[in-house]
Parts: sequence; structure tokens; C-alpha cells
Amino acid sequence: MEDTLKIEDIIKPENLVYKKTSVLTDVPMHYCYGCSHGVVHKLVAEVIEEMGIQEDTVGVSPVGCAVLAYNYLDIDWMQAAHGRAPAVATGYKRVNPEKYVFTYQGDGDLAAIGTAETMHAVNRGENIVIIFINNAIYGMTGGQMAPTTMLGQQTATSPYGRDIDLNGYPLKITELLAQLPGAAYVTRQSVHTPGNVRKCKKAIRKAFENSAKNIGTSFVEVVSTCNSGWKQTPVEANEWMEENMFPFYPLGDLKDGEREKPDAYLVQKLKK
Amino acid sequence: MAKVRGAVVVDKEVCKGCNLCVEACPQDVLSLHKEVNSKGYHYSYMSNPEACTGCTNCAMVCPDSCITVYRVKPQKIA
Repeated sequence: MEDTLKIEDIIKPENLVYKKTSVLTDVPMHYCYGCSHGVVHKLVAEVIEEMGIQEDTVGVSPVGCAVLAYNYLDIDWMQAAHGRAPAVATGYKRVNPEKYVFTYQGDGDLAAIGTAETMHAVNRGENIVIIFINNAIYGMTGGQMAPTTMLGQQTATSPYGRDIDLNGYPLKITELLAQLPGAAYVTRQSVHTPGNVRKCKKAIRKAFENSAKNIGTSFVEVVSTCNSGWKQTPVEANEWMEENMFPFYPLGDLKDGEREKPDAYLVQKLKK
Repeated sequence: MAKVRGAVVVDKEVCKGCNLCVEACPQDVLSLHKEVNSKGYHYSYMSNPEACTGCTNCAMVCPDSCITVYRVKPQKIA
């Protein structure tokens, strides 16, 4: 009986189980083939569609490959100077507290030039969502070494591999941010398998929900691949990431709760 | 035995042939076509359509969101 079922009989509107979300525009993405950016864009768009907040969401795009994200998601966008997306998002959120504000940044933007803005925005406990794409390299400019580059990893500016004496250690900025009192939700995810994509979507959804509850900053790191920068195919890049990056950048929630209560930080009342 | 049947539609002009959906498919339904689209990429297609269960794994990992998935439940067939 099943064998008589033709493909044309299956492809009917009533049998549809998955299609591209309407929040994504029809503009073809400029990203390289197999780039993780496309998957994370899709997840953000799906979360926005499911929560019904397309009119109330404002994104802040970074400098880097994702600078053109405003072409792909049909929401309001701003574009910030290099690394300053959390500062711009802070301003927007304070003026429009009812909006959902998120930044979408890479590791060159967030963990290098924008370290100060990121740390202070999280420390202030701004009610924004920060989505951090960590691919251990400067992808847009041609694969130079980033602060998050792994030890021994070959890049355009470390052709013999990253060396501790010369270049220092890779920066685990997510662990740093998880210690700050203003952070509500800090997690590290990846999108290399269907299961991880589903987990990452849940994390992004939770981050957006936190944004409405006014409980502090939500930070979602996505360990990603840059197959062009790593000079690998997308499938090889996923394997390389699993073998080399996950031991150093373990997946999972680092903090899940809300920003700390001010009691511990209050100065004792001065005696008259 | 009743079996869940599915089918995927790949927008072959958007597909960049990254091979991630081929790797993600648990039933080995998809492969890259030997022909190329107008951008010069070997696009993904259903080389073994009978095995598809409509699990949406390929669509989940597709960076360019070019896969649409359809599924028929067994009771609908009978």
C-alpha cells in the first residue's frame, strides 16, 4: 500500500511539517557554504516567529561576517561600530524597555575589540540578549588569529600554530561573563548536529523570554565553524570542532537563574 | 507494516551544496546532484526518496533554509 504512494501525493500543503520561517527574507545569504551563521539566523527567526514578537524585536548587528544580518531577518535592525553592539543595545533597551533587543556578534567583535562593552553591559545586568558566534577565527577578513583561536591552530597570522609564549592563551569569555552578578542566563551551545540545533533553539528561546522578565542579561554562545577560514569542507570542519574545540569550550549552561540580589552589595548604613 | 513516509523539496537555486544535510540524514535519502545550479554548486536532492521519513533533520541543519519537509502519517495511507 505504501509503495503506491507517489512523491507528488506526499508533497501537499496539508502534509507540510517544516518550512522556512516567514521572518527570514528571501534574500540569498552571502555566507560561505556550510556556515553556522545561516543556522543561527534561522533559529533566531524561528524563535521570533514562535513568540510572535516580530514587530517588537530590534537586532544590533556587529562588524564581521554577520554585519549584513539586517538583510536576512525581517525585523528592525541597527548596526553598531566594531564591538560596541552591547552599548548600542543598552541605549535602545533603556529608551524602549518594552522591546526585545538582541545583539548578534562574532568572536572578533565580542571577545576582542568589544570585550569592555560586553563585560560592562553584562555586569550592569542590562535586559538584552547577546548571541555570540565563536568560530575561533576572524572569518571576514581572511582567517586571522582571534583571541579565541585554539592553541596550535594554524591561521593566516599564526602559520605555525598559535603559541602560548607569543600569543597567549585562548580567551574563555563565556566563563568570565558567567561570574558577573548581572548575568541571568549564560550558556554555550553548538549547531553541528540536528540535536544540538534543537537544544540551541531552546536556549535562544529562553534568552528571549528572560529579556521580557527583566532578570538580567542572557548570553548564548554558539561554538561554530568557519570552514573557509579553517580551509576545510563543512563536514570536516564539524569534525574538527568536535575533536578540538569542545574539550576546551564544553557545551552546556554555565549560569541559569537571574541577576544577583543587591543585598550582598549594599554598603552598611553609616552610624550617625 | 505501516511506515511513515516523507519527502523533502530542496530549493536548488538557493542550495550551496555544503553536504551537511546529506550527513545529517539518518536514512541516507539525500545526496549531491552531479549537475550544478546556476551558481555552480552541486545541489542536494532525494536520491533514495522511498526511505524518507520526514524527520526534518536535514532542514534543521541547513544553513540556507532551502529545505521544505512533508510527512504522511501511516493511518492516512490506509
